[in-house]
Amino acid sequence: MVERRPMSNLLAHAILWAGIAIVVFPVYFTIIASTHTPQDIFNGTMGFLPGGVPTDNYVAALFAGAKQVKTTPATVMMLNSLIMALMIAVGKIAISIVSAYAVVYFRFWGRMAAFWTIFVTLMLPVEVRIYPTYKVVADLGLLDSYLGLSVPLIASATATLLFRQFFMTIPDELVEASKMDGAGPMRFFWDTVVPLSRTNMAALFVILFIYGWNQYLWPLLITTDAGMDTIIVGIRRQIVTSDANTDWHIVMATAVLAMLPPVAVVVLMQRLFVKGLVETEK
Amino acid sequence: MADVTLKAVKKSFGATAVIHGIDLHIADGEFLVLVGPSGCGKSTLLRMVAGLEEVTEGEIAIAGRTVTGLEPKDRDIAMVFQNYALYPHMSVYDNMAYGLRIRGLAKGEIEGRVKKAAAALQLSHLLDRKPRQLSGGQRQRVAMGRAIVRNPAVFLFDEPLSNLDAKLRVQMRIEIKRLQRGLGVTSIYVTHDQVEAMTLADRLVVMNAGRAEQIGTPMELYTRPATLFVAGFIGSPAMNMIPGKAAGATLELPGGRKLKVDHAAQGEVTVGIRPEHLTAARGADGMLPLRVELIEPLGAETLVHGRLEGDGAEMTARVQGDSPVQPGAVLGLTVEPRHVHLFDRASGARL
Amino acid sequence: MRKVGFNNRWLPYLLIAPQIAITLVFFYWPASQAVWQSFLIQDAFGTTTEFVWFENYQGLFKDGAYFNALGVTIVFSTAVAALSLGVALLLAVQADKRIRGAGPYKTLLMWPYAVAPAVAGVLWLFMFQPSLGVLAQQLRNMGVDWNPLLNGTHAMILVVIAATWKQISYNFLFFLAGLQSIPKSLIEAAAIDGAGPMRRFWTVVFPLLSPTAFFLLVVNVVYVFFDTFGIIDAVTHGGPARATETLVFKVFQDGRLGGDLGGSAAQSVILMVIVIALTAVQFKYIERKVHY
Repeated sequence: MVERRPMSNLLAHAILWAGIAIVVFPVYFTIIASTHTPQDIFNGTMGFLPGGVPTDNYVAALFAGAKQVKTTPATVMMLNSLIMALMIAVGKIAISIVSAYAVVYFRFWGRMAAFWTIFVTLMLPVEVRIYPTYKVVADLGLLDSYLGLSVPLIASATATLLFRQFFMTIPDELVEASKMDGAGPMRFFWDTVVPLSRTNMAALFVILFIYGWNQYLWPLLITTDAGMDTIIVGIRRQIVTSDANTDWHIVMATAVLAMLPPVAVVVLMQRLFVKGLVETEK
Repeated sequence: MADVTLKAVKKSFGATAVIHGIDLHIADGEFLVLVGPSGCGKSTLLRMVAGLEEVTEGEIAIAGRTVTGLEPKDRDIAMVFQNYALYPHMSVYDNMAYGLRIRGLAKGEIEGRVKKAAAALQLSHLLDRKPRQLSGGQRQRVAMGRAIVRNPAVFLFDEPLSNLDAKLRVQMRIEIKRLQRGLGVTSIYVTHDQVEAMTLADRLVVMNAGRAEQIGTPMELYTRPATLFVAGFIGSPAMNMIPGKAAGATLELPGGRKLKVDHAAQGEVTVGIRPEHLTAARGADGMLPLRVELIEPLGAETLVHGRLEGDGAEMTARVQGDSPVQPGAVLGLTVEPRHVHLFDRASGARL
Repeated sequence: MRKVGFNNRWLPYLLIAPQIAITLVFFYWPASQAVWQSFLIQDAFGTTTEFVWFENYQGLFKDGAYFNALGVTIVFSTAVAALSLGVALLLAVQADKRIRGAGPYKTLLMWPYAVAPAVAGVLWLFMFQPSLGVLAQQLRNMGVDWNPLLNGTHAMILVVIAATWKQISYNFLFFLAGLQSIPKSLIEAAAIDGAGPMRRFWTVVFPLLSPTAFFLLVVNVVYVFFDTFGIIDAVTHGGPARATETLVFKVFQDGRLGGDLGGSAAQSVILMVIVIALTAVQFKYIERKVHY
């Protein structure tokens, strides 16, 4: 459009840069802090530029954890987080895709009841039912275990709904053609439905991985063994209320480590991420 | 005097040139149609007049005033979009009143104009409805109403009938023409449908790949197409095109047939004959025997498709509806010399 | 739902079993436990339980601390929702202007979504730490006696900033998608009708964006109610003196300290009701949202 407003574009750039500055600043600062010695930080002489010990803190965080408050090394914690996030992401996708397949492609007694049973779970995040769920997990003997960390979080329905919506858009003719070719339901599933769902699965994976990795309340409750800490919980444990005893340099390094995988996933798989975000909220 | 002038208007998107220099003058009150295939640049040209696209080079003037650098709202134009672009959250009344309210007209004046336009378009009973409650034809009329109430210097139409079904399209076509005649506002209309173009236009511009191939009245373009492209574009079914060799007053067709023509051309040419100009031959002189392959009975007339005996050049002829022609038969056809168009084989220009 | 399908007898049950099983065990069973327990009172030793109808709920409504948590949660959600929606809308409108570099801007603005709330809390805590936080120092230089450890309002501000920061990118993405779904021809029609950019925004763009805005409002409120647990726990631990104790946090704290099982369950049930209400509102409104 012909627009005689030269300030408009300039203003747009300015505002966007301000926005980016606000958004990026805390993280920038964290990275800077993670490269300084604890003395620098404690004395408040850190400044805004990288410090002299770029890798020391990371090495310490990765292999030793905080010193003043005994915590787990970041390598262990990241492994815990990774396992938990992967189990949640993969688990949720797996059970949801077959459930959605059953609901869409079969007519069986109790189908609508099953669907609504699953659908209702959309509404209640885990935070609302923490203690009773904790009791169930404890009774099953799953405290301090990877299964206990992940399985209760697989319950909700977002992925199922997404797959169901997607399956409804697959043309009926494909099913008919498959049947004429002699394929049974599982064949159709593996040969046709799954390949078609690939992008949806990838997009979901991104969202669910981030969801799983960033879990806080649930892992906090379920694990008492410090060796099972996820990195998000671990950071919290490193902070003591009287700040004189917090190893901020370690905390900052651990925080950067905690942010790396999900941020990397978002940035590298941006398009899938946006797709996943938009689809799961419909 | 709301005339429109385009001087050497060019448009490029980045490095790609899409409009290669258009010169056009539209008189006050004239209905000008820009017609051409998809991608020829007609919509882009219209949008440049509207101010929705920047002009890369050249000048546009409305009513003697240069508008090339002006924003759309300062150009005194109104536009009807292909998808109507009605404000979905406003009623029909508010849709039509929107522009007037912005211009600060008095409430009474606004009401007067909207009611008048609504009456002219048979929308009076729909003023309180929202666009989603209207049919396609009704929405289209609201879009026109919105343009009319503004009393602009120029109306711009961007393929307004494309989204309607065929029957409605014919109806609306007539309504638009009547409306424009009644209001006498200069109008520029874009379409890809040559029937619409022919029936609505005072003058047509046939565009192809960013260039104006010919500008003229519908009959001018029909009887004297300037290029092969125009000849094939205007008229349905399309003109028959056969290669030939001109030698003064005689034209040699493939297969050795000869035709008498009015031209004094020489050399390799493309011969154009409209299906409706092929008539039953009375003698063997200048006769074109057509072996009929397929017939399309349309009721009032029948389209006969076949090949010329001897060389296989495909041709179509239009005959009376009750003609007893059958596939397999040979139809003897002839054409008057004045209806034979010759085009240069290489450039496509009229000879 | 579909007209064509398969006619297996037992296969569908097999396929749907895993999800149903997990849902029943880890969702319905605990949820119904919570509802059941909310109607019970246990004595101090946990040996006898008594069915007391709505006594636990009545107890909550008489509890000052509960109302405090309610108030904190409301203030918190309003502040975070208003701030993050406002900023995100502003940024989305600028990014939608189709200026050069809109793509990179989008990438740079969207990644905070990947940061865990708890980590976001830690980052901002570090910067606003009373003794060594760099932003805290700036505040002190300006004469403000900044101390979120002692001052409830300061603590609330800190937590609001951290929560808002994280939410901006999510809202930004949805606003941008909403803006880009408005047909360009509508904007052009408005421009031809004489509307300048500001008027176009308020009379055409914003009304059409309202379904997205409403959806985001509900999502943001739910986010503040629940996902911010990490921020609160990491940054202020509900303090000082319950100044940042949200409803979720209170459930967590009360449960940890043990004792009032019924009360804690009642709190959970109330939260469940709130979420269900919010989600129901969201679903109902979304049905009416499509304009064209």
